[in-house]
Amino acid sequence: MPRRLLRDRQIVEDEWLYTAEAAGNAFAPLIVTLDEWRNDRDAWIAHGGRLGLKLEPGHKIEAFAPDLGVFALIAAGFTGPGEGRGYTQGRLLRERFNFTGELRATGYVRRDQLFFLARCGFNSFELSDADIEDALSAFSTFSAAYQPSNDFGLPLKLPRDTPASA
Amino acid sequence: MYRYDLTDKTLVNERVAQFRDQTRRFLAGALSEDEFRHLRLRNGLYIQRHAPMLRVAIPYGLLSSTQLRALARIARRYDRGYGHFTTRQNIQYNWPKLPEVPDILADLAEVEMHAIQTSGNCIRNITSDHLAGVTPNELADPRPWCEIIRQWATFHPEFSYLPRKFKIAVTGAPQDRAASLVHDVGVHIVRGPDGALGFEISAGGGLGRTPIIGQVVRNFLPREHLLSYLEAILRVYNAEGRRDNLTKARIKILVRSLGLEEFTRRVEAEWELLREGAPRVDDAAVARMHGYFDPPAYRTLPNANPDAGKSTAFRAWYRYNTAPHKVAGYRAVYVSLKKPGVAPGDVTDAQMELLADLSDQYSFGEIRATHTQNLLFADVEQDRTHELWQNLEKAGLATPNIGTLTDIICCPGLDFCSLANAGSIDVAKLINERFDDYDYLYDLGELEVKMSGCMNACGHHHVGHIGILGVDKSGEEWYQITIGGAAGADASLGEVIGPSVPKSEVPETIAQLLDVYVERRQPEERFLDTVRRLGVKPFKERVYAAPVAA
Repeated sequence: MPRRLLRDRQIVEDEWLYTAEAAGNAFAPLIVTLDEWRNDRDAWIAHGGRLGLKLEPGHKIEAFAPDLGVFALIAAGFTGPGEGRGYTQGRLLRERFNFTGELRATGYVRRDQLFFLARCGFNSFELSDADIEDALSAFSTFSAAYQPSNDFGLPLKLPRDTPASA
Repeated sequence: MYRYDLTDKTLVNERVAQFRDQTRRFLAGALSEDEFRHLRLRNGLYIQRHAPMLRVAIPYGLLSSTQLRALARIARRYDRGYGHFTTRQNIQYNWPKLPEVPDILADLAEVEMHAIQTSGNCIRNITSDHLAGVTPNELADPRPWCEIIRQWATFHPEFSYLPRKFKIAVTGAPQDRAASLVHDVGVHIVRGPDGALGFEISAGGGLGRTPIIGQVVRNFLPREHLLSYLEAILRVYNAEGRRDNLTKARIKILVRSLGLEEFTRRVEAEWELLREGAPRVDDAAVARMHGYFDPPAYRTLPNANPDAGKSTAFRAWYRYNTAPHKVAGYRAVYVSLKKPGVAPGDVTDAQMELLADLSDQYSFGEIRATHTQNLLFADVEQDRTHELWQNLEKAGLATPNIGTLTDIICCPGLDFCSLANAGSIDVAKLINERFDDYDYLYDLGELEVKMSGCMNACGHHHVGHIGILGVDKSGEEWYQITIGGAAGADASLGEVIGPSVPKSEVPETIAQLLDVYVERRQPEERFLDTVRRLGVKPFKERVYAAPVAA
């Protein structure tokens, strides 16, 4: 059964496969690990289909930046409820390396993280089924923000000019 | 003081709603203990020995009388009628009930307060000098900068899941009353080469298991770049800080393992790359923020001699519990929360309400929480200090011991905290009983005693002139003593004098240390100075020369 995920604020079926899931389905869009990519770069390009890259929290964007144009998707892995390096990976990909493809959060991803993840540039989220139905409301947890960012960020004006009594 | 605008108000209200929903999901079984722990900690909610503990943020220690009344009502309605002020200028409630915490947060939001990021691995409450804006030799008021950093740090999307907690302190005077060098980052207002005000930035300080004094990473940062520079430090830390070992996860370990030079190089390199796209604090924004902290409507007054002809008791209080003010005719007045027999930093609901009323009458309706767990009225007319003293005295809030041996900094210890090895509040009590002679205390002069119930060092024992650390010895409470620590601009870590001592011997051990000081001090020398001059040896010899009589 295809995985369901949240992409651009809609619940969709995932057309992507991680390499470990891809047996017998070699033409599907494939998400390779950074090691797989480094070891068999030419073979993956020869695969012909769309390619995605799976990052672990410790991976540096600089390590594969010259190849970034190959990938239509980057999936940043979150290993647990306290893991926060993916937020930096996300911002760097969007802001410094101008990555415009699908930026996906995978692994430990719960609705309570979505607001911040979206602000760091993530637009797709592999959530557990328990979370996915309720998750859409998580994007509007806050209707304002202090920092400019990749989603709806307001310019950081200090202080802003709207009085509290309004 | 800062007042919320629509954005602040919206965010705080939405946070209440978010936490209400998270609590509901946890109580309904939809969130596991561990999942909820990560969420509740970001809202200052710990599960402690007896009950949850809720830590409420007091940004840079500043409270209005309205806010203090609200804190009193919360203490009465949801807790057991008191609160505990901490070394980071926050207040803690020790007995709230989990299902009621969302209601407490809603009550706080009504008075522009919250518990956002008061715990958890994120940027914590921004602390500052409790004499900000009133101390005579300040370069500039640090509070507008604290508020600018507070806003930037609140719900920062990239830095909400750091390797470990992250504490920032800001100072604007040469004296460091915020212990900024034992913070993850210290921001010090300084004058640059061309005379313009900017910041010196230190990083890598911290206490806990591995105490380290912060080091300067940048001598001068133009003020418009403050947030981008902090962003660079946080980004390097978020990406590179250790996450495999809780006790090695603070930025101090990263700075130490990379070395100051390499850490600084990485921060500067990151800053170069992110600076243009990062928020810049322009002059208009700075001016607007300063407007929130404009001086109150001071009267034109001559300097007075309010202690002339008054009682000895008042004169002692005036000398120890008040501080100079930059405006003629005014004085800053400490409210001692170190009354013998009361846990340091504790204050009752009735006392809070009285203090709120007194602040309206005597200090423009504002109260400050200090790093040393006392409160402060910053702007009191000198001629009215006697009247204020009488009011404080009646409420048990005029113990004339600020800056002396019994003005002890102390964590909640074994009585409340599930991490503690040993009690700290009862040791404070023993010390108070042993040293009840004020002539002796005053003769000893400035002395900072700091006590923690465990290695986490919430009571900052490493940087006490005398530090006391609770340790567990086969189920018994023992105490390790250090001397020579300091938390100010000349920060240093104390040195252990020798094997730990049982609880009953702590006061006598301190007495022996003080005997050496009294015998060997030079004129005008503080205890700390004598220790620095002589080293630990003579003190150690005295304490361990012969068994202490029981």
